[in-house]
Amino acid sequence: MMLIPCPWCGPRNETEFHYGGQADVSYPADPQAVSDVDWARFLFFRANTKGIFTERWNHQAGCRRWFTVRRDTTTNEIFHDDSHEAVTR
Amino acid sequence: MTGEYRLADGGRIDRDRPVRFRFDGHDYEGCAGDTLASALLANGVHQVGTSIRYGRPRGIAAAGPEEPNALVQIEEPFPEPMLTATTVELRDGLVASGLPGQGRLATEPDPARYDAINAHCDVLVVGAGPAGLAAARSAARSGARVIVADADTEFGGSLLGTRDELDQAPAWRWIDRVTSELQASPDVTVLPRTTVFGCYDDNYLVAVEHRGEDAFTRQRAWHIRAREIVLATGSHERPLVFPGNDRPGTMLASSARTYLHRYGVLPGRRAVVFTTNDSAYAAAVDLHDAGVEIAAVVDVRPVATTVWTARCVERGIRILTNCAVTGTSGADRVSGAQVSSLPSGDAAPAELDCDLLLVSGGWNPAVHLHSQARGTVRYSEELGALVPDRTPRGVRTVGAAAGTFTTAECLRAGSEAGSDAAREAGFHADVAEVPGSPSGPVTPPQPIWLLPGLSADSDDEQFVDLARDATVADVRKAVGAGMSSVEHIKRFTTIGTAHDQGKTSGLLSSGVIAELLGVEVAEVGATTFRPPYAPVAFAALAGRDRGDLYDPIRVTAMHDWHLEQDCPFENVGQWKRPWYYPQPGEDMESAVLRECHAVRTGVGMQDVSTLGKIDVQGPDAAEFLDLVYTNKMSTLRVGRIRYGVMCHADGMVFDDGTVMRTGEHRYLVSTTSGGAAGVLEWLEDWLQTEWPHLRVHLTSVTEQWATIALAGPRSREVLARVTSDIDLTNDAFPFMSWTDGTVAGSGARVCRISFSGELAFEINVPWWHGRQVWEALHRAGSEFGITPYGTETMHVLRAEKGFPIVGQDTDGTVTPHDLGMGWAVSKKKDDFLGMRSFSREDTARSDRKHLVGLLPPAGSAVVPEGTQLVDSTELPAPPVPMLGHITSSYRSAALDRPFALALVKSGRDRIGQTIYGHVGDELVPVEITEPVFYDKEGNRRDG
Ligand SMILES: [Zn+2]
Repeated sequence: MMLIPCPWCGPRNETEFHYGGQADVSYPADPQAVSDVDWARFLFFRANTKGIFTERWNHQAGCRRWFTVRRDTTTNEIFHDDSHEAVTR
Repeated sequence: MTGEYRLADGGRIDRDRPVRFRFDGHDYEGCAGDTLASALLANGVHQVGTSIRYGRPRGIAAAGPEEPNALVQIEEPFPEPMLTATTVELRDGLVASGLPGQGRLATEPDPARYDAINAHCDVLVVGAGPAGLAAARSAARSGARVIVADADTEFGGSLLGTRDELDQAPAWRWIDRVTSELQASPDVTVLPRTTVFGCYDDNYLVAVEHRGEDAFTRQRAWHIRAREIVLATGSHERPLVFPGNDRPGTMLASSARTYLHRYGVLPGRRAVVFTTNDSAYAAAVDLHDAGVEIAAVVDVRPVATTVWTARCVERGIRILTNCAVTGTSGADRVSGAQVSSLPSGDAAPAELDCDLLLVSGGWNPAVHLHSQARGTVRYSEELGALVPDRTPRGVRTVGAAAGTFTTAECLRAGSEAGSDAAREAGFHADVAEVPGSPSGPVTPPQPIWLLPGLSADSDDEQFVDLARDATVADVRKAVGAGMSSVEHIKRFTTIGTAHDQGKTSGLLSSGVIAELLGVEVAEVGATTFRPPYAPVAFAALAGRDRGDLYDPIRVTAMHDWHLEQDCPFENVGQWKRPWYYPQPGEDMESAVLRECHAVRTGVGMQDVSTLGKIDVQGPDAAEFLDLVYTNKMSTLRVGRIRYGVMCHADGMVFDDGTVMRTGEHRYLVSTTSGGAAGVLEWLEDWLQTEWPHLRVHLTSVTEQWATIALAGPRSREVLARVTSDIDLTNDAFPFMSWTDGTVAGSGARVCRISFSGELAFEINVPWWHGRQVWEALHRAGSEFGITPYGTETMHVLRAEKGFPIVGQDTDGTVTPHDLGMGWAVSKKKDDFLGMRSFSREDTARSDRKHLVGLLPPAGSAVVPEGTQLVDSTELPAPPVPMLGHITSSYRSAALDRPFALALVKSGRDRIGQTIYGHVGDELVPVEITEPVFYDKEGNRRDG
């Protein structure tokens, strides 16, 4: 049971959160201008990092805030740094 | 007298409180404070059961949770299988029997209660032996919130099984003093009988407390979040591998000492002690002093430790160094041990008579929780054991669990760890003083895994895992088959997979593997230490979350009314929705036909409160909804309603519903009942992370509105009876519009929407007026034969109109175009979620699966949902080309025949063709049709 730091609510049990996958995958500014290949890359390709991974979580059973954390996928350790302040996709 | 092997005095049992119990059909007497094992031994009973594969007699081998053999089935007070006799507290009226490695679950319901508690602490101390108690005291004195848990019935750990002294007084005095101090500290929770069985992420530990048969709750699961952890989990003595090492009467040396000192029981009259280290000498000396004849101490080392040699000489105990036990004899109980000299074993073996064979192969630190906490272990050549190597932040492993084996060192390390943990948790903590403990010089053990010079014939009598009946022969077979990984060999031989999870056999098997492969033990390593550390009853894990409390349920404002009709419910997420309302003598099919007929010809009513509702507010609400719906919502006028489809960015439909514009900057969006939470999360995602510039706020209002669908050609007449301020004519109140008014005395928002194709109204009232308005409508409709209907009828009626249900007729691979809903996809917007994907090659291809109608022959049976569709009257050899599958299938009252919806490859281009459904062994012909079966022109919606 990980303890996940919600930027609004503080550390809460993992069961209150919903996972949102890799962070910083931006929606293209003009999707119509993107090639089929690049669009498929945006839709379907995600990193599967072993080690420190920047990822999104949603405090679904709490304040509904989406936020980004850096987590080591081998130890589940979450790194506390400024990235909690930046709400980026 | 509580057994002929019970001493007249000594031990921590209460001889004035005899306890009667029954084992394998015989009545015995023990004492309060006994375990089932100690009481059996006091009565001279060693054999408890037989082994799982070979049916060999097996006895009590240990005194704690590491016991591999003595499995029992409890019959009274309540049937419980697979407990170890060494951990069952004796109680009056206990009835138990021995087990051959497999138990039997109770057939009657368990009358006991189980519960769970969430706890938070600054410092959790696991284990209350010398190290744990010292740690708890240091931490507690700092004012930190401390939890100290130990599996045993009383604190003290290994000290309970010795006659060691602390500060020149019996150790129990110090134990009592520290325990009292902890109990008196307001911020300390003292938990005996509590096994911490799992350590999970971020110092989340789960324990089970055995509260006793008479407690309000029999067992309690503790979910503990600790800032800092001290693991003082002790160690387990390791047995030795030699021929006949499984005979009852063979026991770990320290366990025999525990039976003597803690329970006042002599586990035999004449003992042979077989050891690789010093610790067994204490058992030999103590048992001798209590009146047990020690036939010999057999030590594999060439030289015994001076101090122990002196003590043995004093008592006339013979020491045979450089020797090993190489065989045993006896039928149901050991009666003799063969001793040979090492290394070759060529000296003529001597046979020593005995009724007790004590063994000690060294000590395994209990690194289970350390390892679960992601600490690493390494093999220590010096100790012949796995010891903690790296320890993660927030965790410290101390005492015997860290490979520290003198009491003085355990006390010191524990006290330091307790104060360190408290300091890390933010408290000012000193290292509490520890009592003086005598300790002499220790000679290193000489780990031995396989005795040299034995014939391979004896392999299948040399047991590595007693619980699994796995022998050296089994390991040899695995190695011979080419296996070298301990994980593979574990699964091949099943070593370490029994109830004890290899507490005594784990490292032993690594040692045997290393010997057979000719490599170092460190190279072989050990298998993973997974939770639970000790077996846990499912009842304890379930706690109160069973029966009605298993999962929360959500009910509507009209739920009690539905209950009064005795209708069956359909589970939609956590919602309970009426499925159909059977009248006396009706089955589901006849009830649904009646309900459908009523809606098509008269009037029906349905509770649709469970549909998700999201209030969307803000100056940019229109722009936002244009981005998330496939169709345009900004052009919707206030007072009007539009059906909308939501797609993921991949262009696949994931929810649908109606959108009402309730103001210039405000919409009320409805979602599917099961999809509401997911839709809200999805919308928040885009608002917060991609379009934070949009000034929009979302609020779930699902539970603020009670909603009633009133459907059928007579619905307008019914509604007219309970409202006077709404003009219900088509001109004043057209299809897909809404208006506010009063219905049955309650403020109401009434919509002209229809999911059946009939004239229909959706009446939204504040939740707390739901039942009253429902009943008023039911009364007003009585002269029209108003018929309440459930989800099944709703499904049939919408299917007759070809309306898909997201999640039933779609599965995440279906676009709006696949559904024939191109009309709901805007061509005027610059962008919306899913738009770009509609021009992807795969999404744009013409042979995608389309939602179509299917008609089986009139008069035939309903074709089951999920039926696979093929093109031919006979199945070709696999792989069979598949056309698609049936997504919805019902009997229609209006059409008087079965019909279905299906996803069929190029379906819209094949209308009129016949394909086949594979049902059982048959291929049923079905004709492909348009998905709309009833009132294609939409003439009925205005009444
Ligand atoms: Zn939050």
